[in-house]
Amino acid sequence: MSDLHASPEKRDTILYLDGISVSFDGFKALNSLSFYVLAGELRAIIGPNGAGKTTMMDVVTGKTRPDEGQVVFNGGVDLTALDEARIANLGIGRKFQKPTVFENQTVFENLELALSGNRRIFEALFFRLNGEQHDRIEETLETIGLRDRRDVQAGDLSHGQKQWLEIGMLLMQDPHLLLVDEPAAGMTDAETEQTAVLLKRIAGDRSVVVVEHDMEFVRSLESRVTVLHEGSVLAEGSLDVVQNDERVVEVYLGR
Amino acid sequence: MTETTMKTGESFVSAVFGDAGGRITIAVLAAAAILVPVLNLLVPESSGFHVPTYIVSLLGKYLAFALLALSVDLIWGFAGILSLGHGAFFALGGYAMGMYLMRQIGDRGVYGNPLLPDFMVFLNWKELPWYWQGFDFFPFAAVMVVLVPGALALAFGWFAFRSRVTGVYLSIITQALTFALMLAFFRNDMGFGGNNGLTDFKDILGFNLQSDATRMGLFVATVVALMSGYMLCRFIVASKLGRVLKAVRDAEGRVRFLGYRVEYYKLFVFVVSAMLAGIAGALYVPQVGIINPGEFAPANSIEIIVWVAVGGRGSLHGAILGAILVNYAKTYLTGAIPEIWLFALGGLFVAVTVFLPKGIVGTIPAWSFGSDGLRKLVPSKEQPSPGEAP
Repeated sequence: MSDLHASPEKRDTILYLDGISVSFDGFKALNSLSFYVLAGELRAIIGPNGAGKTTMMDVVTGKTRPDEGQVVFNGGVDLTALDEARIANLGIGRKFQKPTVFENQTVFENLELALSGNRRIFEALFFRLNGEQHDRIEETLETIGLRDRRDVQAGDLSHGQKQWLEIGMLLMQDPHLLLVDEPAAGMTDAETEQTAVLLKRIAGDRSVVVVEHDMEFVRSLESRVTVLHEGSVLAEGSLDVVQNDERVVEVYLGR
Repeated sequence: MTETTMKTGESFVSAVFGDAGGRITIAVLAAAAILVPVLNLLVPESSGFHVPTYIVSLLGKYLAFALLALSVDLIWGFAGILSLGHGAFFALGGYAMGMYLMRQIGDRGVYGNPLLPDFMVFLNWKELPWYWQGFDFFPFAAVMVVLVPGALALAFGWFAFRSRVTGVYLSIITQALTFALMLAFFRNDMGFGGNNGLTDFKDILGFNLQSDATRMGLFVATVVALMSGYMLCRFIVASKLGRVLKAVRDAEGRVRFLGYRVEYYKLFVFVVSAMLAGIAGALYVPQVGIINPGEFAPANSIEIIVWVAVGGRGSLHGAILGAILVNYAKTYLTGAIPEIWLFALGGLFVAVTVFLPKGIVGTIPAWSFGSDGLRKLVPSKEQPSPGEAP
C-alpha cells in the first residue's frame, strides 16, 4: 500500500489529495483517501457504485467540504478552503455526469460563456468578443468536432454532442486540470471511441482525470488507473495490472 | 476609450432595435407619447377623437404597471428568480413619492399645520420624524424612490443569494418580506399614515395635480420611464451578462463551475429590478392620488406574476403587453361585473398556464421573432453570429 502513496515530487504534481475523509450522516463516503495526479497526466478512476468517485470530484471542485485532509493544487494551494468559483478560476474544470450545457443558447454562445477571463459583472455587461477570442472559440469548435453545429441551440444537439460541447467548455476555461465524470455514458460505440481520442489529445497540455464505468473505454484511454473502493484507493497501475489484482476482482465480482 | 464608448453605443442600438418586438414596442410607446397629448389637449371635447383626461390617467396607471411587470420579467424570465414580493419595491417607491407629495401640501391640510402632515397632527405628534426630513425637496425624494427599494433588494438578495436560497423557497421568503412590510406600514406609529396611507395630494413640483396639463405631464413621464426601462432591460439581456443570467436560470451549477460568482450576478439584476419597480410605484402614486399599505398585500405581487405569464415570460415586450391587457380587463370587469373579477383572474392564470405556457407573445411567432419564444417553437437553422445585428 505504502508505495502507492509515496511522496510525490512537488514540481510534477498538479493535484495531491492527502487523507481526505467525508461522511454523510455517518456513512463514510471517503475514508482517508490519498492519491496524486501528475502534470499532463491522463488518469482513469474506476470503482463500484458508492466507491466515492463523484464525492472525490465534489471535494476537489469545492462543492463538498471534507471533514479531514487537504487537497493541494499546483504545488501549494489548499482547495478545501475555497468555493467553486475560486477553484474554477484557479484552473480546474469539471464535467458533470449528466451533460450540462446551456440548452437555450447556441453552441458558439456556450463556448463564449466558458471563455477564460474576467468574470466581473460590469465587464460582462459591456463585453465584446475580440478577434483573438473568436479564433480560440473556432479552434475549440474544431477540436470537439462541432464546427458545423456552431449556430445550433445546444438543446438540439445529440447526447454525445452535448458531452463534447461540455468538454469544449472546459477547454475554453483554459484549465490546468480537467475532471471528467463518465464522459462515455449513454454514447454510441463510435462516439465513445471519438471521445477517447479527444481526451487523449487534450491530456499532455493539461491533466485529465476521468471517472468511468465502461472498461472498454478505460482500456482505450491507455492511461494509469486508480481503483477506488469504500472511499479509499484499492489499487493503482496500468489497467492490466489492476484487473489482475485479486482484491479488485473480488470487489467487482465478489458481491 | 472613445472606441469602446462607440462600440458600447453600437451594441446598445443593436440590442434595443435588433429585435422586431423591441422595434414595435418603442414605436408604439413613442406614438402614444405624441398622440395621446395631442388627442387630449388639442382635439376639442366635442370631437369623437378627443381622449378625456380620466382615460389619460388610466393609461398612465397601466403603463406604470407595465414598468413593474418589466422589472419582474427581468428577474423571472431572464434569471429564473421568481419574486412573489415585488409589490413591496413598487410600494416603497410609491411611499417615497407620496412623502414628497405630502410635504407639498404644506399648510393646506385639514388642520392647516404648516409643519406636520394631517395624520401626524391627528396622532398628536409634535415634530416631524427624522426619516421624513428632506422629502420636501424633490431631487432628494427622487433619489429615495430608487435608493430605498434598491437598498432593501441589496440587503435581502445578499443574504438570500449567498445562502443559495433558490426556487420555491426564495419565492416564499419574498412573499414573507412583502407581508411583513404590509403589517409594519399598517401601524400608525410607523409614521406613514397607517391604514389610510398617504393621500389628499395637491401639487407636484408646484403644478396642480388635478389639472389636465399636469396629468398629461405625468402620463408622458410614465411613457418615457417605460421606454427607458425597456431599453435598459433589453441592453442587459442582450449583453453577455444577460446570457450569464439565462445560463444561471437553466443550469446554475454549471455557471458556478465555470468560475462565475452566481450570487453577485443575481444580486445585480435583482437590485436593478427593484429600482425599476420603485420608479413604477413613484409614477403610479401621483396618478391615482393615494398610496396605502394595501399595495404591499401579497396578492398584489402575485397579480404581477399573472401579467407577466399572460404576456409571455422571458419576452420583455410580452410583460408590457400582459400588464396592459390584464389591467384593462380588470378595469372593465370590476366595472361591469365586479363579483367575477377574482374568478376571472384565477381562471386566466390557470388557462394561460395550461394552454399558453409561453404567454401571448410566445404563442404568436411573428411577435416573438428573435426571442426565446420562437427558438423553442421552431428549431432554428440559421442564427446570427453573436454581436452582429440580424
